[in-house]
Amino acid sequence: MITLAGVSKIYDGLRVVDRLDLDIAAGSICVIVGPSGCGKSTTLRMVNALIAADEGRIIVNGQDVREADPASLRRGIGYVIQSAGLFPHWSIADNIATVPRLLGWPRDRIAARVAELIRLVGLDDGDMAQRRPHQLSGGQQQRVGVARALAADPPILLMDEPFGALDPVTRRALQDELIAIHRATAKTIVLVTHDMDEALKLGERIVVMEEGRIVQDGSPAAIATAPVNDLVRDFVGGEEAALRLLARGTVADVMRPPGATRQTATIEPGATLGVALARMVASGHGELGVRDEAGREIGVIALADLAPGRRP
Amino acid sequence: MMVVRNWILLLAALAATASLAAFGFLSYAPNRIVPGVARSLHEVAGDAVTVLAATALALALLCFLPQRRAVLLVAAAGLLMALGVLLFAAGHGATMLAATGVPAGRTSLGPAFWLALAAICLALIDTAEQAGLSALGRSLLIGAALAMLAGMAWSGLFDNLSLAREYHAHTDAFALEFRRHLTLVVLSAAISGAIGLPLGVMAFRDPRFGQRLFGVLGIVQTVPSIALFGLLIGPLSLLASTFPVLRQVGISGIGAAPALIALVLYSLLPLVRNTVAGLRSVPESVVEAASGSGMRAAQIMRQVMLPLALPVILSGFRIVVIQTIGLTVVAALIGAGGLGTFVFQGLGQNAIDLVLLGVIPTIVLALAGDVLFSLAAANLTQMP
Ligand SMILES: Nc1ncnc2c1ncn2[C@@H]1O[C@H](COP(=O)(O)OP(=O)(O)O)[C@@H](O)[C@H]1O
Ligand SMILES: [Mg+2]
Repeated sequence: MITLAGVSKIYDGLRVVDRLDLDIAAGSICVIVGPSGCGKSTTLRMVNALIAADEGRIIVNGQDVREADPASLRRGIGYVIQSAGLFPHWSIADNIATVPRLLGWPRDRIAARVAELIRLVGLDDGDMAQRRPHQLSGGQQQRVGVARALAADPPILLMDEPFGALDPVTRRALQDELIAIHRATAKTIVLVTHDMDEALKLGERIVVMEEGRIVQDGSPAAIATAPVNDLVRDFVGGEEAALRLLARGTVADVMRPPGATRQTATIEPGATLGVALARMVASGHGELGVRDEAGREIGVIALADLAPGRRP
Repeated sequence: MMVVRNWILLLAALAATASLAAFGFLSYAPNRIVPGVARSLHEVAGDAVTVLAATALALALLCFLPQRRAVLLVAAAGLLMALGVLLFAAGHGATMLAATGVPAGRTSLGPAFWLALAAICLALIDTAEQAGLSALGRSLLIGAALAMLAGMAWSGLFDNLSLAREYHAHTDAFALEFRRHLTLVVLSAAISGAIGLPLGVMAFRDPRFGQRLFGVLGIVQTVPSIALFGLLIGPLSLLASTFPVLRQVGISGIGAAPALIALVLYSLLPLVRNTVAGLRSVPESVVEAASGSGMRAAQIMRQVMLPLALPVILSGFRIVVIQTIGLTVVAALIGAGGLGTFVFQGLGQNAIDLVLLGVIPTIVLALAGDVLFSLAAANLTQMP
């Protein structure tokens, strides 16, 4: 879906992005992570041609971005930035309708789409559509930013530290919603962050950058359990990286069929693996019974099931 | 221990009181030739003395209180009242003098009136500043003063002042020159807007061009207005005599054409500067989002940047309009007409009332322009 081949960006003689090769499959979430100033934003902005690459080729959807009309290219790529960047003089509805209006959609189609998106990002309380950005909380503004990026249903979503300015609770909620949106829409998402927890939680694939180069590229489990160098090891938090991985996936993803005897300690199927581990530690049992709402035991989960290799 | 906490208000109250006590409030002359005889406020409006003295005393006492917002607002109301009483006393006194004098008698405003008026206005401006009045509050204050003045004038209160006599003797000319003045101001604002906005956008997009433009416009700004008006006479006369067509459409070395050119030239710097400042004030993230959404450069400018820069651009227009209202007075020198006509006629004939017939409406126009633009800007910032 997106291919970068030998892409560089040079500022004042310095390669802030250094001959980068990257191939991102359609429908995946790829997280680019790395310390501040390593060239993540620059890389992302070259994909939608906000910045022109100095070397190499970038192919998006089979088209070389250098040969595309930049405005048309960008209308087909959703773009979300950290500070949301909502248009302060427009209503929420008008903000969300930005790209459909640029594409010349008919009015009723725009209205229907805006209503649908407001619901999708969980903003459907009362008169939200007619409010102005400054009347919204930071989390709500960022939801609008995501809705605006999704408005014309682009196959690709570029997100530059989209949740970086939010408090931890709001951030987690929006991360969960992004996962849900990705499951529902199968968009190709490239997300940039300097927060390894966020990368381990959201990424199906994680690309670690340092000084304009890719130092490691792999699954969250590989990054967390087999860091290639000290930078990545420090970045994922050393040995405790394995614990961070537990934010990914739920009990239902890894549980095994129930045994003959009912377990004394239990867990809900929707809980994260982190909660499952905490329950094991707290109860002193290495095995938990997974009970549904009706109290039936539908599976068991043991400590060994939490190991990264066993997970999806 | 009493501490003075508002020297300006105290000095203004003292100065107004002292000048009203010491100098002539009105000046009465039996005809236009002989010099007038000074009449004190006490002589022409005894009751006003009491009210003004009480107001001055109250204002002076306020100066010893901590200058909280409420105190300052009370002071502003007191000053507004003093202004009303002063104007009323002038009109009422003139009516009294006319009733007892000869039909050709003339009553003009004396130094005590002008000094007190100046003291009150300065104190009012300072009080509004200290109270941190919003644009809306300031507009309301100026609007109230203007409404008071207009109401009194409308009711015929000032009809016996020589200023009003002068007006009644020049009604037709006044209407004509007033309209000319306004036309020059509106045309100049429209033309400089049509030139200044695009120049501002260009200067924003290309800082090197902007630097050069500001250099040139800065030089224009330093040329004295009379010199600039004069400078344009030569080239335009030459143009008009070379191309008779121009003369037929009314362009010549003197008149409205050179005046308009000069007025526009003076307007460009504030307009371009505010346009650039307004565009620069648009948050970078908003521009990035617009660009990232696939808006083209012109769409970003028209749909996002200019609307967001509008409050700052409007404040540029406010400066320009007020400045142009004043400069247009000078334009009368090169035959452009306008309220300056009365000023220069009056100066030539040594008729101070005729000068005032040009000056006072100019000040009122400038204040009205200020109110108008402040209200527009306040209206805009309420819906960001
Ligand atoms: N317009 C620019 N001019 C010069 N240097 C820049 C510019 N934009 C970014 N840089 C530099 O490029 C490097 C990478 O920037 P960026 O991609 O924003 O980093 P990240 O998003 O990873 O924090 C930084 O060192 C930054 O200072
Ligand atoms: Mg960045």
